[in-house]
Amino acid sequence: MRHGSLRLGFASANLGSNSNDGRPAKAWGEMKVMSPSILGRKVGMTQIYLEDGTSVPVTVIQAGPCPVLQVRSEDRDGYQAVQLGFEDKPRRLAIRSERGHVAKLDSKRAKDRTAKGVELLQKADCEPQRFVREFRGVADVEVGTTLTVDQFAETKKVDITGTSKGRGFSGVMKRHNFAGQRATHGVKKCHRYAGSTGCSASPSRVFKGRKMPGQYGNAQTTVRNLDVVRVDAENNLLLVRGAVPGPNGGFVTVQETNKVG
Amino acid sequence: MSQASIMQLVEKSALKEEPPKFDIGDTVDVHLKILEGNKERIQVFSGVVIARSGSGSKEMFTVRRIVAGQGVERKFPVHSPRIEKVEVKRSAVIRRAKLYFLRDRIGKAVRLKERRR
Repeated sequence: MRHGSLRLGFASANLGSNSNDGRPAKAWGEMKVMSPSILGRKVGMTQIYLEDGTSVPVTVIQAGPCPVLQVRSEDRDGYQAVQLGFEDKPRRLAIRSERGHVAKLDSKRAKDRTAKGVELLQKADCEPQRFVREFRGVADVEVGTTLTVDQFAETKKVDITGTSKGRGFSGVMKRHNFAGQRATHGVKKCHRYAGSTGCSASPSRVFKGRKMPGQYGNAQTTVRNLDVVRVDAENNLLLVRGAVPGPNGGFVTVQETNKVG
Repeated sequence: MSQASIMQLVEKSALKEEPPKFDIGDTVDVHLKILEGNKERIQVFSGVVIARSGSGSKEMFTVRRIVAGQGVERKFPVHSPRIEKVEVKRSAVIRRAKLYFLRDRIGKAVRLKERRR
């Protein structure tokens, strides 16, 4: 009896804090508008000159055009986002689910579902895409439309995310910028070693987070606040000042920076 | 469009329509635009072209001269808008692309044999 009353009390309190459909309201997520975002490929670095003659090191990014594959909504998916694709993939290489994601495929199940009156999701009706990513926020776009690099015409700074070059199992000098040890003065066969990893009998263990050799690179890396040097809408190119993670030809996501000031 | 052709397209925008013409070993006057406050001035650096490096918009050339008995080298971008012109004063007979051996020479030995055009 006592137990039951407690549970009742809990349930009523929970109901009060919930929005009408039983899902807690996300105050911070609801109003967020998607900042200009696009997918692309790092082409390489070069140098160009500004009007006043200063030379600028730039990374060339082949950005878009990106078809909108899906629009995530609060009601259906629990969050708001826009799913973009980049670069067509030959249909023979795409698996059936990838093909079905972008276009309507005929199947027994699909026929069954239409017969039963299930409303199918809107499809982008494009080729399967090689690189698919979602960007959080609400945007005024429809499934099937394309986003181009035009969005960045007014943008000054961007954040770029890519997969950094894999360096394999690396030592501490490369991985954590340790200084290593001296070349001479009695140093024997440990010029690139880390040195001590901690105290002895007390605590008789190595503390967590100690920087040591290990896998370096081949991880998601974001570079923030890169200057937009040029937006070439005609050729779908974006030129940013400075370096971008990953090898030439690697996929990157570009978004207007979320850095304040 | 392939990656290489995209790169070419971008670099093309940074190239001069008529890049200055000179050879290794030429004695040249490099006319540089220099901004002093609001006034633009031309400064001339003259010397021997001892090297060319890089390609496309990143191409550079090195000019060496002797100032008060001290060798001075400056490296310029070929396609920089700040370089107004490169005047060729004299050409020389040379047999290699990089004249770094001039760095080890002093006095009369620095001279190169003139090439008549």
